Amino acid sequence: MSTRTDRLPRTAPEPTSRTAPGTAGRPPAPYGRRAATLEWIAVHALAVAAALFFVLPFVFVLLTAVMSDSQALTRDLWPNTWEWGNFRTVWETPGFLTWWRNTLLYAGLGTVLAVGSSIPVAYALAKFRFRGRNLMMMAVIAMMMLPPQVVIVPMYLFWSKQLGLSGTLWPLIVPMAFGNPFTIFLLRQFLLTIPREYTEAARIDGCGEFRAMVRVVLPMARPALAAVALFHFFYCWNDYFGPQIYASENPGAWTLSYGLESFKGAHQTDWNLTMAATVLVMAPVIVVFFFAQKAFIEGVTLTGVKG
Amino acid sequence: MTTIHPGLKARRRRSALRTAAFLSPWLLGFSVFFAYPLLATLYFSFMKYDGFTAPVWNGLANWSYVFQDYPFFWPALRNTLWLVVVMVSLRVVFGLGVGLLVTRVRTAPGLFRTFFYLPYLAPPVAATMAFVFLLNPGTGPANTVLDLFGMPQPGWFKDADWSKPALTLLALWGIGDLMIIFMAALLDVPRDQYEAAELDGAGPFARFRYVTLPNISPILLFAVVTGVIETMQFYTQPLVAGKVASGVIGGSGQQFEPGYPDQSTLTVPQIVYNLGFQRFDTGSACVVALVLFALCMAFTAVLMRRGSGFLSAED
Repeated sequence: MSTRTDRLPRTAPEPTSRTAPGTAGRPPAPYGRRAATLEWIAVHALAVAAALFFVLPFVFVLLTAVMSDSQALTRDLWPNTWEWGNFRTVWETPGFLTWWRNTLLYAGLGTVLAVGSSIPVAYALAKFRFRGRNLMMMAVIAMMMLPPQVVIVPMYLFWSKQLGLSGTLWPLIVPMAFGNPFTIFLLRQFLLTIPREYTEAARIDGCGEFRAMVRVVLPMARPALAAVALFHFFYCWNDYFGPQIYASENPGAWTLSYGLESFKGAHQTDWNLTMAATVLVMAPVIVVFFFAQKAFIEGVTLTGVKG
Repeated sequence: MTTIHPGLKARRRRSALRTAAFLSPWLLGFSVFFAYPLLATLYFSFMKYDGFTAPVWNGLANWSYVFQDYPFFWPALRNTLWLVVVMVSLRVVFGLGVGLLVTRVRTAPGLFRTFFYLPYLAPPVAATMAFVFLLNPGTGPANTVLDLFGMPQPGWFKDADWSKPALTLLALWGIGDLMIIFMAALLDVPRDQYEAAELDGAGPFARFRYVTLPNISPILLFAVVTGVIETMQFYTQPLVAGKVASGVIGGSGQQFEPGYPDQSTLTVPQIVYNLGFQRFDTGSACVVALVLFALCMAFTAVLMRRGSGFLSAED
């Protein structure tokens, strides 16, 4: 348990390696040990209470997911029988696999396109000096803060009336090839921390700017690239509004996030099956998190702290 | 500055071309997916257009309809403001609290951090469905537990007075991102400042007030302003909560009464959908979209002006 989950990125070192605020430099007074024990108890009691708040919802969802149909209608908290077959029932629901495939297509292709097209833009905004750069950065931030609902009416008309692509996920995937503001912003923040000397050295060695970016800077930016790719993947995975607008008319184009809700509709009273479906939508995200925890947390700190 | 070396001029042109080439994907994206639709939204806000017949000039009729006659505008704006005030402040206070807690945990810190962080990752639709189940007044585990302790059992997502608190609870559950940001900020507070304060006889509260808070105030501002912007975009959770709690079957072309119960979960982004895609009143949908745009940009401007440390356009 302690190898991977205990690691944190360089921006936030292990609390144990650095004294936490408040306890810093406490003089070893005679009452010190007792006070420290009391503090330990208070802190950990609070932490356990908080952990219950964060973990119990998962626990209740899981327990309900394996209840029998009749028990799910009661107030019981603990399953009498463990109906693991509920997960199979959900998995074999018509459409569920299609939703999976569509979600993977949207999230996978969308992420590749968004990160690929955002790299040169972020690089130029971080490394080149040109007039209007600050203005352009402000435009990136403005676009990043813009709710998708603001421009949805003309965008929908554009994709459905002019290109006839409603009922598919392409109106969501194609725009990713033209730079994603959030990805551009995060990558630029990271690229600013890479000293100019590296690209200058590459240039002296006869590298063009593009080659300097690909050969010198990108390998150094691998952690940031992993972070933005993950963020983008989960943005697509979680997206509800996009599929609702463009894919709702065609169940063959639904994603997991969109289909999950209709699952509840079809199984009005079966909380057990609905919760099993919920678990199956949450699980991949949580599995990926355990494998890529470092990149994730790095990405979160990148959003709030300038590198 | 008076004469420019001929070679320099050519080099400048080359570097301008190179810059344009690097920026080209986004320049296209900005024009097609931001500038054009924004202008089109402005145009449609003065048009009568149902999406099928040709748009007709409508003057300010859409604007007056939205502000005066459309029944959902003011409830949605009130709900959004309620959420901005209550949800954002609770999220910041709770996020800071959990951040403080996690920097002090000595035993199994990694395990606690993981527990606190995980809910943030739950996909919004799944998390909302889970909470509608957990908080359902009939068989929900939350009320079952409250019953065990003899506490009152609210109707949560089925009660207009409790639906926004229930959404707030859901938002507090997913505090992981704020916790990490605050934790990083707290660990960056210089340690010698605490030592100096302690030598001056400052107790834990004085240390928090005079050392911790001033040091993390830029991050606090960041959390508040991004929280406000996120909350103004709050769409998926209230919509799904309303639909699932009301028992409306989701899916294609289904009409549903938004904001169940009693418009208490209706937010501003939801009425753009209601006007544009349920009532086919494109012009009025664009009016609301512009209101939403103005609100978000106002707060983004605050962030860019005040938050010079993290979200500034300069480097």
